[in-house]
Amino acid sequence: MLMGLYNYWIVVVLMMVGFYIVIAHGNLIKKIVGLSIFQTSVFIFYISMAKVDGGTAPILADGITQYSNPLPHVLILTAIVVGIATTALGLALAVRIKETYGSIEEEEIQKKDNLDC
Amino acid sequence: MLTHLPVLQVIVPLMAAPLCLFLTRSRLVWLFALMVSGLAFLISALLLQQVMTSGIIIYELGGWDAPWGIEYRIDHLNAFLLLIISSVSTVVLLAADTSIQKEIPAEKHSYFYILYLLSLAGMLGIVATGDAFNVFVFLEISSLSAYALIALGKDRRALWAAYQYLIMGTIGATFILIGIGLMYQMTGTLNMHDLSIRLPEVAHTRTVFTAFAFVIVGICLKLALFPLHLWLPNAYAYAPSIVTAFFAATATKVAIYLLIRFTFSVFGLSFSFTALPLHILFLVLGLSGIFAASIAAIYQKNVKHLFAYSSIAQIGYMIVGFSVSTTTGLMATLLHLFNHALMKSALFLALGAVMYRIGSVQLSQFQGLGRQMPITMAAIVIGGLSLIGVPLTVGFVSKWYLILAVIESGWWPVALLILLGSLLAVVYVWRIVEMAYFRPPLTSNENIKEAPFSLLVPIWILVMANIYFGIDTRLSIEVAQAASQSLFGVNP
Amino acid sequence: MESLIDIVLLAFLVGIAFAIVWMKDLLAVIMLLGIYGLLSASFFVAMDAVDVAFTEASVGAGISTLLMLVTIAMTGRSEHPVRHKPFLALAVVIITGSLLIYGTLDMPYFGSAQAPVHQHVAPRYINDSIEEVGVPNIVTSVLASYRAFDTFGEVVVIFTAGMGVLALLSVVRRPKNTTGDKARDIAKIDLINDSMHEQHLVLRIVTKMLIPFIFLYAFYVQFHGDYGPGGGFQAGVIFASAIFLYAMLFGMSTARRVINQSFIQLLAAIGVLLYGSVGVVSLLNGKNFFDYSALSVDPIAGQHLGILLIELGVGCTVASVMVIIFFSFADRKDNGQNLESNGIENNLKENNKK
Repeated sequence: MLMGLYNYWIVVVLMMVGFYIVIAHGNLIKKIVGLSIFQTSVFIFYISMAKVDGGTAPILADGITQYSNPLPHVLILTAIVVGIATTALGLALAVRIKETYGSIEEEEIQKKDNLDC
Repeated sequence: MLTHLPVLQVIVPLMAAPLCLFLTRSRLVWLFALMVSGLAFLISALLLQQVMTSGIIIYELGGWDAPWGIEYRIDHLNAFLLLIISSVSTVVLLAADTSIQKEIPAEKHSYFYILYLLSLAGMLGIVATGDAFNVFVFLEISSLSAYALIALGKDRRALWAAYQYLIMGTIGATFILIGIGLMYQMTGTLNMHDLSIRLPEVAHTRTVFTAFAFVIVGICLKLALFPLHLWLPNAYAYAPSIVTAFFAATATKVAIYLLIRFTFSVFGLSFSFTALPLHILFLVLGLSGIFAASIAAIYQKNVKHLFAYSSIAQIGYMIVGFSVSTTTGLMATLLHLFNHALMKSALFLALGAVMYRIGSVQLSQFQGLGRQMPITMAAIVIGGLSLIGVPLTVGFVSKWYLILAVIESGWWPVALLILLGSLLAVVYVWRIVEMAYFRPPLTSNENIKEAPFSLLVPIWILVMANIYFGIDTRLSIEVAQAASQSLFGVNP
Repeated sequence: MESLIDIVLLAFLVGIAFAIVWMKDLLAVIMLLGIYGLLSASFFVAMDAVDVAFTEASVGAGISTLLMLVTIAMTGRSEHPVRHKPFLALAVVIITGSLLIYGTLDMPYFGSAQAPVHQHVAPRYINDSIEEVGVPNIVTSVLASYRAFDTFGEVVVIFTAGMGVLALLSVVRRPKNTTGDKARDIAKIDLINDSMHEQHLVLRIVTKMLIPFIFLYAFYVQFHGDYGPGGGFQAGVIFASAIFLYAMLFGMSTARRVINQSFIQLLAAIGVLLYGSVGVVSLLNGKNFFDYSALSVDPIAGQHLGILLIELGVGCTVASVMVIIFFSFADRKDNGQNLESNGIENNLKENNKK
């Protein structure tokens, strides 16, 4: 059981580390880093479930009968692209926030917002 | 070509978005976007008519049969949602050209329309598809464009709101992705219909339970269900008026759709409502949402904030209807979904007109506006009445069915609480009315005139719809009933 | 052996993730994130997911690291310490994590060939894709044919990101008519170029020689995706990276003279449209959207043509959007701040006057 679920447990740990960074840290860049870790760990989860013992990469070749599952690979290719799109947009927002608020720390931004109201 | 309607519904706006880059003048881009949205509306009307007459439409993309390929599966529920989204989008776009002149710098107008169309296409794609992973892809198209659109608001707080929405939205989407992955791991399929057949075999496993929990929490984040609503008020308040009107009417509705689709169609009614105590959970969250958000709305100084909180309260009503989980309850939810889209798009568009003239929507600025902008203010009053649920408006129809559904299930106290919630709506709508009609105009606003025609027309189209569908309820009730029955029919 | 690699790589990932939590220096955090991306790419190779590894290496370790570095150049590189004790966050994380662990208990074991994922849908891809699509790389046939619509969505996501970044960061460029300005600009560029030349002479000459080969490699990856790992997305990123390299060593203004802003935007749009129009052609031939067999008399030839065209569309959009995003960030860094904020205010003032 330990070996059978080892990958998945590691994935859970990674997910939670990423998730923790997103919700507990106040720095906007750090939050996006956390989001990245969170998403990457989901990729690891999908790719782990695609693996077959003794299988090879899903590119057809003579003399090979056992392939790993190609479908999760396809899904994760898409998800990686979604991830970078989100990162790019998040960073662009962070840059604009720095320009207008003069800070990328959640607390300071919130403080300035409260003054505006 | 009629057989291709399901895919045309999505790809027309999807492919129109990049085409906008080839148009040089922003007025042209607007006309083009308006035409595209109108076409999408036409397609959705045809689709709804087809579904009502001949039942579910299945369209296999790439010619591959499901579950190997991706399929579009249009039933009553999807068709209804498609119609709501594309119709609101079209009417709101009518006002866009005038409204964004004052809210968005000129060189960004083309990007605005491109992102708007992408967002529209994303939402239509989420609703039309029958594939769980495809939902995620289109969810991201609509969300990414939404973050950028909200950030276009001219107040710097729009940026911060957009960032917070981005973080919450991405967490939500990733939760949904985890849930889909777990489901896929246990069944080997991604197709929703196929999932609904294969999930019962493994329904007892802890993995499927976790999958369900993650999908539900992920959707509730997108839905802004109390207490996960914190991103919504600022996002709506600081986004450009057009964006607020569009999203308030559609974005949370799409999330409600996903909630219904996953609980009723994919996991199945019997699993969903036994695995988690959804009845009581959603009833409590829905009711606390109604009260907490309505009370918060009363204390807002910014009218856009006020209606944003009211939106959270209205989501509460929909969730209460959902938690009843009877045909009438679901029907009330669907009706309210449609009706709320009409109310909120009218109200936020009218606020857009106020923004256009005054440049602010602080409640204090509304003093005496009843005399200066009578037509706009009349629209806000009628929208407000509809929000309260006064007879002859759409708000009455859905509240009526909601109370009916609650009483049918014997939940008397809940019915009383719903009525009490409506009283709170009276309070916050009254605050605006009092400001606008019983106070003298501000000296700084002396020269304010009525909003231009190009804004009044779309506002009043929506206001008239509020009244029309409050009186002639045949269309909305017939469709909502059919959708609700088909959902229960599939999973008795 | 394989499981040893698996265990070690994953353990490294956990170590890095925890280090990222504690580090306060954002530069170090970002470099660690790049390593995290590269390690997960290696992990994907060990898991037989070569296409994914390729993409993760170029995106996770490459592009996103680069973007974050440009960002912290603008926003500062140190993080404030977290003042309040984040008990609530910890509680949320622990509850979510426990739920997930609970969910893993009924999972099929890692690597088991009997798992449902390997039974239902996937076997058709593995067994029949060569007859139905005719491409040896199964990932390509699923990506570009069976689930072509997802991939279309993916291209649109990237396009959306490009438009979103443009909407947020694009700098208002007022046309400079006066010759004086222009001359001064050119002089400034020359000055920068000269100083860079002295500093980075070796780098610049090597880069100049390297760039054609990077382009060549990008084309190889683009057109070889049917037979091995690779495809439009990876090729697009590699293609864009050659342009980044050029821009970094020769300066943004020089790069701008090579790559025109509005042209690159059109190119991004053309990629999406090329992809979509393949589907439209199938529609016009009376088949379903993205049914490539409509493209040719022989269904397999149609599949090949369809995949070639859509991969081209993917490559085109990805490369241009990556360039758009990078240029937007870099431009912003060079001259953005003041221009933009004044620009908006002036614009709004003008509008309000009307």
